[in-house]
Amino acid sequence: MTTQYLMQLVISGLVIGSIYSAVALGFVIIYKATRVVNFAQGELLMVGAYVCYAFLVQMHVPFWAALLLTILFSMILAMSVERLILRPMIGEPIISIIMVTIGLALVFRSIVSAIWGTEILVYEPKLFPQQMVNIGGLPVSLEFVWCFVLSVFLLAVFSVFFKYSKAGVAMRATAFNQQVAQSMGISVKHIFALSWIISAVVSGIGGVLIGNINGINSSLYHFGLKVFPATILGGLDSILGAALGGLIIGILENLSDGVFKAYFDLSGVKEVVPFVFLVIILMIKPYGLFGTKEIERV
Amino acid sequence: MQYCGDFRTTYEKDIKILQTPFIKVCMALFLAFLLVVPQFLKGEYLWILLQIMIAVIGAVGINILTGFTGQISLGQGAFLGVGAYTSAYVTAKMGLSFWVGVPAAGLVTAMCGMVFGIPSLRLKGLYLAIATLASQFILEWIFVRWEPVTGGSYGITIPRPSIGGYTFGSDLSYYYIVFVVAVVMVLFAVNLMRTKTGRAFMAVRDHYISAEIMGINLYKYRLLSFGISSFYAGVAGALFGHSLKFVTSEQFNIEVSVVYLAMIIIGGLGSIMGSIFGAVFMILLPKILSVFTMFVSADFPSVAKLAIAFEHGIFGLIIVLFLIFEPDGFAHRWKMVKAYWKLYPFSY
Repeated sequence: MTTQYLMQLVISGLVIGSIYSAVALGFVIIYKATRVVNFAQGELLMVGAYVCYAFLVQMHVPFWAALLLTILFSMILAMSVERLILRPMIGEPIISIIMVTIGLALVFRSIVSAIWGTEILVYEPKLFPQQMVNIGGLPVSLEFVWCFVLSVFLLAVFSVFFKYSKAGVAMRATAFNQQVAQSMGISVKHIFALSWIISAVVSGIGGVLIGNINGINSSLYHFGLKVFPATILGGLDSILGAALGGLIIGILENLSDGVFKAYFDLSGVKEVVPFVFLVIILMIKPYGLFGTKEIERV
Repeated sequence: MQYCGDFRTTYEKDIKILQTPFIKVCMALFLAFLLVVPQFLKGEYLWILLQIMIAVIGAVGINILTGFTGQISLGQGAFLGVGAYTSAYVTAKMGLSFWVGVPAAGLVTAMCGMVFGIPSLRLKGLYLAIATLASQFILEWIFVRWEPVTGGSYGITIPRPSIGGYTFGSDLSYYYIVFVVAVVMVLFAVNLMRTKTGRAFMAVRDHYISAEIMGINLYKYRLLSFGISSFYAGVAGALFGHSLKFVTSEQFNIEVSVVYLAMIIIGGLGSIMGSIFGAVFMILLPKILSVFTMFVSADFPSVAKLAIAFEHGIFGLIIVLFLIFEPDGFAHRWKMVKAYWKLYPFSY
């Protein structure tokens, strides 16, 4: 095993990890503002990828328009999901909320496979140039670089949004205490809708990016499952944590996969390593790297 | 709820399972019905009844953990799998009998459940749900990769039980074994909830800090709950494996966990009756949906493909609608109906 091979693993891990980060970011935004654990996050990514495919390939819309339409679609979808399904669930126990998002995930998956089938679909024309560039002596596909840069850009935009914009501050206030936020004149309903919209848009863009690299098929929602290791590692309610967690999980799963293949002749470690890691984190540091500790006093 | 004319003078009377002679008769009739009816059922209908019985055991198990103790588990499918594989290994590879395999499955799964329950000592609610989700994926991976024991992706073929020279080869004879096990395990669960242990489970669920202050050892009861619940899952999984005579990893994926969780939510959390309702509903639902799809596709072949794709979606939709419109499940509705008829026509 050469250093170059290791570096290759790290770089492709970073790219996949940046998609995980985007999805994890969406998950954290919803969790932070509304305390809803969204098990349908991967499905939002999948829907975004398929809708963009429909516009770009099936309707021959130019890419920038397709992307905008996808974003618009994600917004409408998220708004209706929040209004019709999640709002009646306010105040229900956590298990019901988990279950309702799982049910939602099943509905999304079946609608997507009913419309587009289960085969792999490829974006044509490709968005990003297919050349290779040299980074530190390693040939890296340019679309990987683009994908990574775009994800990092998204993350940066949303960190700034939460830190400085008025809506972002209102969202943080709502996350902290809904009643107090409401008495300060913040419309909690609007914040809930807004957080779902942002989350769906971020995941949808993640879906478009991954669709460009790997093509899309009906198992795209698996990305949603990797959200849990990523967010738990970073801390469930931390934007920065989600970003870092996604990258670390991406690198970790790729590296361990390569290492186990080379030394132990064991393939498919990729699917399980993030979850083993997840259990370990939960045992030693349940609130993750940057999560808020819940302190209970009697 | 107390009604007029409903006088209970001692605590023993209050905690009786079968309160009145009328209910005793009803229960006896119901059990007799379950004993007699398979004689008249054929093929698939008998099979569905058999699967319902197995699902009842599993659903009661997860309800002990999630409904009564408040520990959300998304790993029930994998625990069923542990049971099925244990029994398969004991019977098919070690050559021991079914009567050893099933208890062994229960015990091994209980151990396994307690290991994965260790995070519950520090975690609760959402974190625990995620931890059990992780256990689901880890176990599923082990089922596929640990080939010497699990047979990998080929699975294991296992025999039906036999005693003396008699083999319970037919579904009908096997049904009676499952029936007896199900009745015993449901009874055990009902009684468990009347003991100190059961009360402690509920105290942990309702307010674990208060429970701890009242001298309930949280760690002990949480782990115990994981153990008992997994024991049920193991037995259900083993019975399921023997009913199919074949065990493979796809039978125990995350969707099974979701189905079991849906069972107890739709049936009613923290209610044994609810687990039974939920199991019946969730086993029947896909069958009804597929019959429906068949009818639709016979008339409109063009929508057949669509309808098959939507089967899962309808399943998800029903879960969503149930949670929005009937969040307390069938058990609650059942109670309301009973209360209504108890006082009919003078409801005051």
